[in-house]
Amino acid sequence: MAKRKLKEHRINREWCKGCGICIEFCAKKVLEMDQEDKAQAVRPEDCVVCKLCEMRCPDLAIEVVAEEEVEEDIG
Amino acid sequence: MAVKDYIRERFFPHIWCPGCGHGIVLNGLIRAVEKLGVQKNEIVMVSGIGCSARIAGYLDFHTMHTLHGRALGFATGIKLSRPELKVIVPMGDGDALAIGGNHFIHAARRNIDMTAIVMNNRIYGMTGGQYSPLSGYGILASTAPYTSVDQSFDIVQLAAAAGATFVARTTAYHIQQMIELLQEAILHKGFSVVEVMSQCPTYFGRRNREGDAVAMLKHMQKITTPIGSKAKAEHPELIERGVFVRKELPEYCEAYDTIIRRAKEGK
Ligand SMILES: Cc1ncc(C[n+]2csc(CCOP(=O)(O)OP(=O)(O)O)c2C)c(N)n1
Ligand code: SF4
Ligand code: SF4
Ligand code: SF4
Repeated sequence: MAKRKLKEHRINREWCKGCGICIEFCAKKVLEMDQEDKAQAVRPEDCVVCKLCEMRCPDLAIEVVAEEEVEEDIG
Repeated sequence: MAVKDYIRERFFPHIWCPGCGHGIVLNGLIRAVEKLGVQKNEIVMVSGIGCSARIAGYLDFHTMHTLHGRALGFATGIKLSRPELKVIVPMGDGDALAIGGNHFIHAARRNIDMTAIVMNNRIYGMTGGQYSPLSGYGILASTAPYTSVDQSFDIVQLAAAAGATFVARTTAYHIQQMIELLQEAILHKGFSVVEVMSQCPTYFGRRNREGDAVAMLKHMQKITTPIGSKAKAEHPELIERGVFVRKELPEYCEAYDTIIRRAKEGK
């Protein structure tokens, strides 16, 4: 399988409670807390689409969307 | 299907505190079901009472939110009448092993086909941080202000001794392992127990100076190790993760059906 390329991080600001889990455990340090204590992708170019942030979020507030998935959605 | 197709979105954001490990179990369970490709209407989730038990309300399966400690009793009735359905019973450590301890050991002994998930945060979260049979010696709780003198159960040993035919342990930190273990447990024919060590930062973490959710997850990473690892040999105090029991025994509903058939045939 080809290495997946990031399309975007979809962060649901209504649901994110600012626990910091996604931020702390991202090996690539892609995410940071913004001024309102919500997770934010500040270095998306470093994201390897491992989706660990998405799977560990206790609030189901973050979704990491890869390029091919987007095509699939449309197709 | 997308994660959102498995939940009742109208109840979100959910009620759990920031960083509550129960939310990670919810997340892992959705992914396990998605990977298995089981239909939502083939699953019945039966829960008791507790922060953990609220997981049933958030999932768009057939769900029943019953009585504290009695979820396995209700689940047994459902499974016996509709054995074709997959029954999943999420419980807190208090729900499963304090008030519900008797239901737990007997469901395990009967080997009825269902998946018990013990979301073990070692405290009564919902009622304000009283100690549970999983808190253990030396733990601070609202009912143990000078530390608990009770020893804790070992859920894995207890479930195995009681007769569960699939027994596993993981943590909220080890999300990929959690997803794999939950898949295997759901597929296993017989009584499956998956202990997921979960964090309650609000009561357990704060009182026992374990810090916030992130610090508690790091702690779980540190104090656990895969079954039979080299680290375990060198540091016997480490808690093992993985599958401890995986065996076949007659399943309760099938055995019961056989008896009914025999009785009808008069032999
Ligand atoms: C018969 C009965 N006794 C006591 C209670 C009060 N009660 C509600 S939840 C709970 C314990 C919750 O702890 P646990 O099961 O470990 O779940 P958690 O909230 O930590 O997820 C208790 C004692 C109750 N609801 N019903
Ligand atoms: S893990 Fe989820 S709730 Fe916590 S900060 Fe990240 S997006 Fe927000
Ligand atoms: S997908 Fe992986 S690399 Fe990308 S932000 Fe999430 S944890 Fe970091
Ligand atoms: S009290 Fe503890 S178990 Fe209950 S929602 Fe808050 S963190 Fe979770």
